[in-house]
Amino acid sequence: MKLRRDIFQAISDPTRRAILVLLTSQSMTAGAIAENFDAARPTISKHIQILNECDLVDANQQGREIYYELKVEKMKEIDKWLEQFRAIWENRFNQLDNLLETLKNKNNEE
Amino acid sequence: MKSNLLFNFSVNKENKTINIQREFNANLELVWKAWTEPELLNQWWAPKPYHIVTKTLDLEIGGMWLYAMVSPENEKTWCKADYKGIEINKLLSWLDAFCDENGNENTIKPRSLWTNIFTEKNDITLVDVTLKHDKLEDIETLIKMGFKEGFGMALLNLDQLLLTKNKKQ
Repeated sequence: MKLRRDIFQAISDPTRRAILVLLTSQSMTAGAIAENFDAARPTISKHIQILNECDLVDANQQGREIYYELKVEKMKEIDKWLEQFRAIWENRFNQLDNLLETLKNKNNEE
Repeated sequence: MKSNLLFNFSVNKENKTINIQREFNANLELVWKAWTEPELLNQWWAPKPYHIVTKTLDLEIGGMWLYAMVSPENEKTWCKADYKGIEINKLLSWLDAFCDENGNENTIKPRSLWTNIFTEKNDITLVDVTLKHDKLEDIETLIKMGFKEGFGMALLNLDQLLLTKNKKQ
């Protein structure tokens, strides 16, 4: 049960989800991650710390820098648990966006 | 403009709820129509590559929306929503279930109580969806079922990313 709780906590926040997505392509330092967000650097560090505590990212010391890396196996847990569901909604709502655009255009023509 | 529209997705394990908030670039009346008229629901409700065909939709408390989820292989899974609360342009609530083509429910899937709340601000409509469950395990079951039914198409990109990542290690 512990694992589940951790994962829920980790991905309940949009910034943390965005960090995880960033880390899918490469390992990054906290500074490099923070550059992608408007939030203050300590806020981002806090998010990284939570992801680390939830066992979703690894911290690797390389010289003077700490690089954060995605723990792929844990990500798969999330994948199984929730991204599936989220993706359904994303897909569904994109279709609704398109439909609403069509309906709006039709209304304008009348 | 689409990218600026809010999309939140979260799970609250204490309340056993899934919450989804999404903004749409349209006014309230139009969004409400899209959620309540069968010919419009048919055009967006099913995640690709599925589509739905509504058999009946009786928009009143105690009424039912009965539809088939149709796979690319043309296999039909019947689903229904029993309407529990309706306030036009404001609130739409139902209890979902898998069923047969006459709306007789079966127990394959745990039922979710949906509460959809619609609000508009400056021509942008926010829909706040809450799915409430009896047990936390129900959420897990739902997600496993999604897998089984092949809803995973949209996740292929993430799978590929993870695969690339695995190779690097």
